[in-house]
Amino acid sequence: MNALSDVLSQGAQMSLVLGVAPLLTGFVRKVKARLLRRRGPPLLQPYRDLIRLMRKDVVLADNASWLFRVIPYLIFAGTWVAASLVPTFGNGLLFSWTADLIAIIALLGSARFFQALAGMDVGTAFGGIGSSREVMIASLAEPAMLITVFSVAMIAGSTQLPNVAEFMGSDAVGLRVSLGMAFVALTIVALAENARIPVDNPATHLELTMVHEAMVLEYSGRHLALIDLSSHLKLLLYVSLIACVFLPWGTATADAGVGRLVFGALLYFGKLAGLGFLLAVFETSIAKMRVFRIPEFLGAALMLALLATLLRFVSGSL
Amino acid sequence: MIAVALWSVAALLALASAGVVLSTRPRGSIILYGGCLIATSTLCVTALSDLLYFPHLTPSATLPIGLPWLGAHFRLDALSAFFLVVVNLGGAAASLFALGYGRHEDSPGRVLPFYPAYLAGMNVVVLANDAFSFLVAWEFMSLTSWAMVVSHHREAENVRAGYVYLLMASFGTLALLLAFGLLASGAGYDFDAIRASHPSAALSGVVVILMLLGAGSKAGLVPLHAWLPLAHPAAPSHVSGLMSGVMTKVAVYGFVRIVFDLLPEPVWWWSMVVLLVGGPSATLGVLYALMQRDIKRVLAYSTIENIGIIFTGLGLALAFKAEGLDWVAALAFTAAMLHVFNHALFKSLLFFGAGAVLGATGERDMEKLGGLIHRMPKTAFAVLVGCVAISALPPFNGFVSEWLTFQAILLSPQLPSWGLKLIIPAVGGLLALAAAFAAACFVKLYGISFLGRPRSDVAASAHETDRFSLTAMLVLAAFCLVAGILPGLFIDALAPVSKNMVGNIMPHQVGLQWLTIVPIAESRSSYNGLLVFLFAALCGTTAATAIHRFASDRLRRAPAWDCGYPDPNPAIQYSASSFSQPIRRVFGSVIFAAREIGEMPPPSSPVPARLRVELHDLIWDVLYAPIAKLIGFATDRINILQFLTIRRYLTLVFVALIVLLLVVAL
Repeated sequence: MNALSDVLSQGAQMSLVLGVAPLLTGFVRKVKARLLRRRGPPLLQPYRDLIRLMRKDVVLADNASWLFRVIPYLIFAGTWVAASLVPTFGNGLLFSWTADLIAIIALLGSARFFQALAGMDVGTAFGGIGSSREVMIASLAEPAMLITVFSVAMIAGSTQLPNVAEFMGSDAVGLRVSLGMAFVALTIVALAENARIPVDNPATHLELTMVHEAMVLEYSGRHLALIDLSSHLKLLLYVSLIACVFLPWGTATADAGVGRLVFGALLYFGKLAGLGFLLAVFETSIAKMRVFRIPEFLGAALMLALLATLLRFVSGSL
Repeated sequence: MIAVALWSVAALLALASAGVVLSTRPRGSIILYGGCLIATSTLCVTALSDLLYFPHLTPSATLPIGLPWLGAHFRLDALSAFFLVVVNLGGAAASLFALGYGRHEDSPGRVLPFYPAYLAGMNVVVLANDAFSFLVAWEFMSLTSWAMVVSHHREAENVRAGYVYLLMASFGTLALLLAFGLLASGAGYDFDAIRASHPSAALSGVVVILMLLGAGSKAGLVPLHAWLPLAHPAAPSHVSGLMSGVMTKVAVYGFVRIVFDLLPEPVWWWSMVVLLVGGPSATLGVLYALMQRDIKRVLAYSTIENIGIIFTGLGLALAFKAEGLDWVAALAFTAAMLHVFNHALFKSLLFFGAGAVLGATGERDMEKLGGLIHRMPKTAFAVLVGCVAISALPPFNGFVSEWLTFQAILLSPQLPSWGLKLIIPAVGGLLALAAAFAAACFVKLYGISFLGRPRSDVAASAHETDRFSLTAMLVLAAFCLVAGILPGLFIDALAPVSKNMVGNIMPHQVGLQWLTIVPIAESRSSYNGLLVFLFAALCGTTAATAIHRFASDRLRRAPAWDCGYPDPNPAIQYSASSFSQPIRRVFGSVIFAAREIGEMPPPSSPVPARLRVELHDLIWDVLYAPIAKLIGFATDRINILQFLTIRRYLTLVFVALIVLLLVVAL
């Protein structure tokens, strides 16, 4: 492939994740509503929400600083870059060597760092509660995620996502206990990172249990739209990550033809729909946890991930 | 080269003696700090050019001072040159900062003479090439810094800090003395002779343990860290920055010089010991930091974390070197050295920020700060960069060195020994926890002190700091960004150091496509800070212009929403203690034996209810308190000897003589 098509495919990937992310959120909401026997908002409602928010005035708290106004763009940039580095339907991304899995996690960490700061900028009690709980959750979820990455990377011999995906799609991988553990750990982390039930409730407002919503309480207009879009992107990122590492079948390789690419794309949308459906089913069948039960839930992920890594150290084939 | 370095050190010593006179003059501090700035910059440039252009030359010099038959030996190899860069970059930044900050000093006579002497001491430790000069310089560095720790001696806390510091410094020097004694037994004091003497494996093992005690206590490794969070914050802020950012690195230098350079090939269990100390230091240090509410103390505890990360890297390097995998050892060692450099940058920056806040408000307690981003916007910006960098977040420099350490950990299944196979995943987990805690810790530090609304009048009436201090902070912030987006340059500059110490180098980085760093092979892992930075900047600005252009750019100010219950009282905000309460509840009950005690007054009593939080430093309780008690008990017993009659003293002398004679006879 020449440089132009490289740039084009990278650009296509970036616009793809940006365009699809709200659809995934809309789909999960729709399925949840149907499972609760409601009709639910239309699939495209997240897009309408975003457009409406973008057009509205920003109402900024009197005490908000310059940092408060910059942070939505920082969060959006960090999440978008991270999301566009995860392979979706094709593997040969131009910038895939820019950052490996550890760096992708760290980029999301940067976004979260600024989000927690934003919660504290106006100086309200709700913002503080959100930030404080967010860093508590992150202090367990992030290590669990990193150690999961360690175990997967040690099995695949690489932290580069395309190489991991390629390895997981090959016959060399076999059935491994450690991969099963890593999968469970990654799922738990993904739930926590995306503020889903049972860790946080994406649909709640005005409750002392909220975490993510409490941090962004003072945002409005285009700022809120960017933060919402970043959450959609983050959900898409984690779903794509799980699909790419644990369901790597059908992903087009770097030198694939058009037919393979179309097939990979169709399969990718199928995977997204499947995982989104599972997420909706899981969320409707479980209750939200008390805040101080979350550490136990995430601690389980941490221990599973550590055990998976340890197994890899002890035996090459487990 | 070495002549320039030694002359600069001599200039610093001359400035130290001039400091006694200068401290009484009105513009004395400016002359003195200006002189220090020139001397340290000269040293920094000299060392840097030596590291970059003549890394294979090792000029040495012998001065006729010190022990009469030995003289003082100095040598400038790649390792010394690298640490000279770190010491003097930190020293130059601190001097620049102090040009403005030092004017606030109430009693300059207690700081000015010691400051250049302290800088000179650190430089001589790094340059020394014999055990005697090394130890004398080491003690000189300890004592001059001690003098500045107790410079504000009217505060009881500082005096206690000075006392504990002096005790721990003596303990550390004792360990170093014993280590050098063992090494010198076969060869003499000269490092060249020690290097050639090949001490036995058992003796080397003892030396490693002693070095871990001696250098580790100066660097602040858990459990020898007790003095550090007391002493570092007590000194004036530019000295705190030097102690945390630079002096701990001199301790790392001591460890590397002896364990990697003077001792023969390592044995695998050395690395076990280092890893067992390094990993827990990283996690515990930052957990302690999270529980603090004094800005400078948070920073001091976070130094313990970063030293833990550095020693983990060194431990990994030892493990890989012992097993003959020297190409991975080079990776781990380079990661550790890069973190040495990075930590010197952002920790100095953050201490200067704390100093600026202290100068503007007179407060170190976060519970009395808040909203400083409005009053001190430039300081707030520089400190924000430091906070992001120290939290190991891309695209800044802290991330690069932690990422390299993780890459080394990922290669450790290749190690054959079982002990290491079990420990290294655990250490990896501890480092991952430490990274997450560090982010939480610095969200708290920045969010409570700089964001929100002012919690006291002094915070509400704070003013921006002077331009010297600002320049120093902004220069360090720029370095943090450059080292984060162009790490390849720094990794390549470290190649000669790694070649000398572990016998191999990381692959050459500069010249790779787009300045990507690739520690092992492109199929394994790569990271490109420059592209991540440009990419993110492009995405952010594109989004901003597109939205402002096509959607809306209107903005209104209004009172905060806060779910409809805004309260004008700033006490309603989250405080430093309440921010860390969830983490304290999750981790603190085991690690700090943390307890929350609610004292409810009886009904109809007008006394307010109180909530107290009790935290215990278990290491202090278990390790230090019993030793202190034992010593107290023993001194009480021996004390009666002070009040004997002359007759009894004579008897004692006689008995002692008999015993001695018996010993000699037998």
